[in-house]
Amino acid sequence: MEVKAPTPQIPPPVWSEFKDLQEWEKYHQERATDDKTSSALAAIADTIHHMPGGWIVTTTTDKIFNWARKSSIWPVTFGLACCAIEMMATFASRFDVERFGMVPWASPRHSDLMIVSGTVTIKMAPMLKRIYDQMPDPKWVVSMGSCANSGGPFRHGYHVVKGVDRVVPVDVYVPGCPPTPDSLMYGLLKLQEQVAEFQKTGKRPTASDPQ
Amino acid sequence: MTAADASARIRETFGIEAAVEGATVTVVVPRESWTELATFALRELGAHYFNWLSAIDWKESGLEVVCRLENLDAGLVVTLRTRLGPGETRCPSLAGLYRGADWMERECYDMFGIRFEGHPDLRRILLAEDWEGHPLRKDYAVDTPFAPYR
Repeated sequence: MEVKAPTPQIPPPVWSEFKDLQEWEKYHQERATDDKTSSALAAIADTIHHMPGGWIVTTTTDKIFNWARKSSIWPVTFGLACCAIEMMATFASRFDVERFGMVPWASPRHSDLMIVSGTVTIKMAPMLKRIYDQMPDPKWVVSMGSCANSGGPFRHGYHVVKGVDRVVPVDVYVPGCPPTPDSLMYGLLKLQEQVAEFQKTGKRPTASDPQ
Repeated sequence: MTAADASARIRETFGIEAAVEGATVTVVVPRESWTELATFALRELGAHYFNWLSAIDWKESGLEVVCRLENLDAGLVVTLRTRLGPGETRCPSLAGLYRGADWMERECYDMFGIRFEGHPDLRRILLAEDWEGHPLRKDYAVDTPFAPYR
């Protein structure tokens, strides 16, 4: 009787097997090709959408999902410079954005929004990108203040990123140096409007997608 | 110990005229006697406090290193200046004398590219380790594209 050698079961790699964190995160950024759950859900959604009258169901559910999304945007606690003081004031009791469902959350893994509040230096930019990559989809970015918008007064310095949109995609730009809490709140409300129009359920936009 | 006393001590020991302005003694020294003057200020003038060290880029005339030593008890300030000469980037280190000079010299190396000889650990301190060039030099091209950040 022939004895077959057992097929080696390769366990998924653990973090200590990676040489550095970037390699590990790159592994996680790549979507699994055989993600059966999400492809099945997408297929179901497409089928419903293409049935006669089915678009009523999908657009209505989209509206419900978007209402839920815009009503609980959790910004990640991420302060970079003096704009962060105004951001803290916005979160505090006087301006109180918690009534819009925004809870400053101390983990990117549970957050939907990153408020880039301040100057992004070239040394900080990879870390900012890393925090952005750690956030789950769908996610949004508010660029707060002149420095994050364009580099601001430090635009011609040697060490400043000329606008955070060179590193991560930005949804709302809030001008000011620093913007007052009112400005930031206005920007956050604009973001809520944008989230209410968010289409497609959870699909990551690619470079070829029309914006 | 007043500034005038310190100036007189420096004159009789090194033969260098030190300018006195208020409580500040400014000594312009050649590069070779940089460490000697600092040792003298520490041991004889009692300047135990290393306040700061920085540099100036005079373009064609080369770099100038400036440091400020203080005797906090007597309120005496000793400012040492030295010209390195055109194209010269080497300078003796004061890190063996003053612990405070360690990071100051690392910063000066980071920004101006001055190589402090005898420094125990001369690495970049503020900029990233793979940064090219020394940004506070006058010939540093600030707006050079550095994709995707600049």
